[in-house]
Amino acid sequence: MIKTENVSMRFGGLTAVSDLNIQISKNEIVGLIGPNGAGKTTAFNTITGVYKPTEGKVIFKGEDVTGAKPHKITERGIARTFQNIRLWKDMDVLENVLVACHLRMNVGVFAATLHLPGYRAKEKKSREFAMSLLDSVGLADLAHEPATSLPYGKQRRLEIVRALATEPSLLLLDEPAAGMNPQESLELMEFIGKIRDQYDLTILLIEHHMQVVMGVCSRMYVLDYGVTIAHGTPDEIRRNPKVIEAYLGVD
Amino acid sequence: MKRNTILTIAGLVVLVAAVGLADSILGRFTVRILNLSAIYIILALSLNLLNGFTGLFSLGHAGFMAVGAYVSAILTMTPAQKEMNFFLEPIVPILARIQLPFPIALIVAGLCAALAAVLIGVPALRLRDDYLAIATLGFAEIIRVIITNIQSVTNGAQGLKAIPKYSTTWVVWTVAAIAVVFMLALVRSSYGRTMKAVRDDEIAAEAMGIDVFKVKSTSFVISSFMAGVGGALLGHLISTIDPKMFTLMLTFNILLIVVLGGNGSITGSVLGAIIVTVLMEALRFLDMPMNLVFFKTNGLPGLRMVIFSILLMIVVLYRQRGLMGNKEFSWDGVLGIFRRKNSTRNGGRP
Amino acid sequence: MELSTFFQQLTNALSLGSLYALIAIGYTMVYGILRLINFAHGDVFMLGAYFAFYAVTALAMPWWVAFVVALALTAAFGMGLERVAYRPLRDSPKISVMISAIGASFLIENVGIVLFGGRPKSFPSIPLFDTVVHFGSVSMLSVSLFIPVITAVVLGALLWIVHGTKTGLAMRAVSTDLDAARLMAIDVNKTISLTFGIGSLLAGVGGIMWTMKYPQLNPLMGVMPGLKCFIAAVIGGIGNIQGAVLGGFLLGMIEIMIVAFLPELTGYRDAFAFVLLIVVLLVKPAGLLGKNQTVKV
Repeated sequence: MIKTENVSMRFGGLTAVSDLNIQISKNEIVGLIGPNGAGKTTAFNTITGVYKPTEGKVIFKGEDVTGAKPHKITERGIARTFQNIRLWKDMDVLENVLVACHLRMNVGVFAATLHLPGYRAKEKKSREFAMSLLDSVGLADLAHEPATSLPYGKQRRLEIVRALATEPSLLLLDEPAAGMNPQESLELMEFIGKIRDQYDLTILLIEHHMQVVMGVCSRMYVLDYGVTIAHGTPDEIRRNPKVIEAYLGVD
Repeated sequence: MKRNTILTIAGLVVLVAAVGLADSILGRFTVRILNLSAIYIILALSLNLLNGFTGLFSLGHAGFMAVGAYVSAILTMTPAQKEMNFFLEPIVPILARIQLPFPIALIVAGLCAALAAVLIGVPALRLRDDYLAIATLGFAEIIRVIITNIQSVTNGAQGLKAIPKYSTTWVVWTVAAIAVVFMLALVRSSYGRTMKAVRDDEIAAEAMGIDVFKVKSTSFVISSFMAGVGGALLGHLISTIDPKMFTLMLTFNILLIVVLGGNGSITGSVLGAIIVTVLMEALRFLDMPMNLVFFKTNGLPGLRMVIFSILLMIVVLYRQRGLMGNKEFSWDGVLGIFRRKNSTRNGGRP
Repeated sequence: MELSTFFQQLTNALSLGSLYALIAIGYTMVYGILRLINFAHGDVFMLGAYFAFYAVTALAMPWWVAFVVALALTAAFGMGLERVAYRPLRDSPKISVMISAIGASFLIENVGIVLFGGRPKSFPSIPLFDTVVHFGSVSMLSVSLFIPVITAVVLGALLWIVHGTKTGLAMRAVSTDLDAARLMAIDVNKTISLTFGIGSLLAGVGGIMWTMKYPQLNPLMGVMPGLKCFIAAVIGGIGNIQGAVLGGFLLGMIEIMIVAFLPELTGYRDAFAFVLLIVVLLVKPAGLLGKNQTVKV
């Protein structure tokens, strides 16, 4: 599904990510873990086109997408959420999802403005799709609330729904459980497993508390100071001395 | 829903009647202010599309208005009028003979402004915030300098006089109404939502598959088209144009309307345009000599603009949302206000 | 072109460039610290010239006293401007601050028109600056020689303040990270105020020198130089003092030389700066001496 080949990202003298080699097959849920500042988000940003990697290649569905513009990457089927929630604050919950639907609507500015019949049909379909997505995560009755009035956990879910509205095949989640208590985190992981099955997704998720993702991931990569220090199943990772060392004093 | 449709139709009928009535009974001076308001509505909406809805801060509006005004003026003047205007250096022969009907000239004016926007937007829209502001301002100045210097096309610094007065009450208010309806439809469409998304968070917009550059350029080009049409109408209203008209000052007036009305509110722009235009005329006396019973002033040119600058500062410093915030007029809202008033009369309980 | 004419133009370019540099520094300092285009900076420049004018004419001060008084007033005005128009908006969206800046600029210009009158005034001649000096076949006004010297002195003093004093350290700290500087117990408001004061003082020097060279005052005289000097600051790399100086000289040089060598382009003179701006923004958006910044996601 997705593969990074020796991806490195340097900012001036600082190497945020070096020689990242990730490979994920269809329908897997893979974790990218590591202490704060390990380069996890930077890795995401090189995959999603926010940064063009200094070296290396990003291969998605067999095609080289290195350095493509973020919206082009999303069009190809990679969607993401953000560590610090980035919802559109002046819009309500439904509108946030509808904006993400725009990508697959294929309407021109004039067809949309003049509300031509073709556009009306697509708009209606998008609304139904958006509502069904919101319904599936229990946000349907909040559809017309301002997005930023939602409690934190629900905002995180809304971000995931919004990403789903772009109809991705690969979903990247950046610390989806940040700020949640253990119970909420557990529910979230169940939820992630559920959407994987429901929408036929492949998921890569960043987390810095590794316990949270142990249950849901089939494999994990561990980053520390930009370097991949371990890779394997949760059990292997748990026993890996390098990982224990990196996390010592962190968790 | 049905009640609102009926109210809207009733409102429109009243509006049309009001425009017709105003046109036939009010004096020429008042009608002129009324028509100027309509043109400012178009211009304010076009700037609001950029500033309020797409979050692009552009200071180049006067440049696009200049393009529209000149194109439409040159395309509609008779060969004889052109000959009278271009006494320093004759107009280039192709333009001397050409004369188009006003509606076509108006559209061509808008298209030329839009074309200028395409040429300018491609480089400028890669810039952010204040850099974009200064670059668009720069382009507007370049346009103005070019207009001043291409004597045989624009008549240079002398400007154009005796432009046909096609901007009648019906024309300007019809165009203004079209602009309002167009903006409402655009903003409420799926495309309008992407503009707001780009305004609120560009990075999130990009990540959700929105081609940010395309959205920005579309907004920029549409806005410039409207500015071109507005500029053309302005030329046909006051019938004289010259390059000195289209400075930052003009952009400032439009910005004042947008900010006063509320950035991101169509209703706000309409109200703002009318208020500012009427005030501009009502306060014109400040610039003239005054006889105030106790003392006489010799007229203080600039005092009017002092008041408008202060007005703008007050709005920005103390009420950034302007009159309307980013809210729009709705019958429910209006009826809601009445209901609330009634309920306060009944002891504060709904 | 004869060599003497060339030198003539070169001195012209040097003194114009110096003036641009003086004004550009004010833009760059304010931008560096607040990320704000102080649109009213050109109007502060205009006020500097008017203060000096009224001190010399209405108050009949000797010119050097008048200049000192005018500079003090200009600096104070700049600090007041920041207090009234910018400080209340420090946490507001960028567009609001910019609108406030434009509003302030128009306010000052129009108050200028009301108070000083719209008609241009001419500065009384000061013999020290108004003498014609001859070097072989090259002749020029003495002020054209003073300007680069004064600029050099002022620039030296400024660089010493910024890099050699504790106040300068505070300024650099605030411009790197305003919040962190506050945590380090730096009086942020005072530092910003001081930055406006210094920037305005330089604009005042520029304004006074400008009227020595082109002795016509009008309330809108700051608009064009203001815009051009902002552009000079951007070209050099905004936020960078050396960059502003470089940009100022570059712009002065280009304006004078293009008009000198290609007189048919004279009508387009005011457009050069903007064309240059756009070229620089496209080729090297951070300016000649600026650093590229990445947006954090």
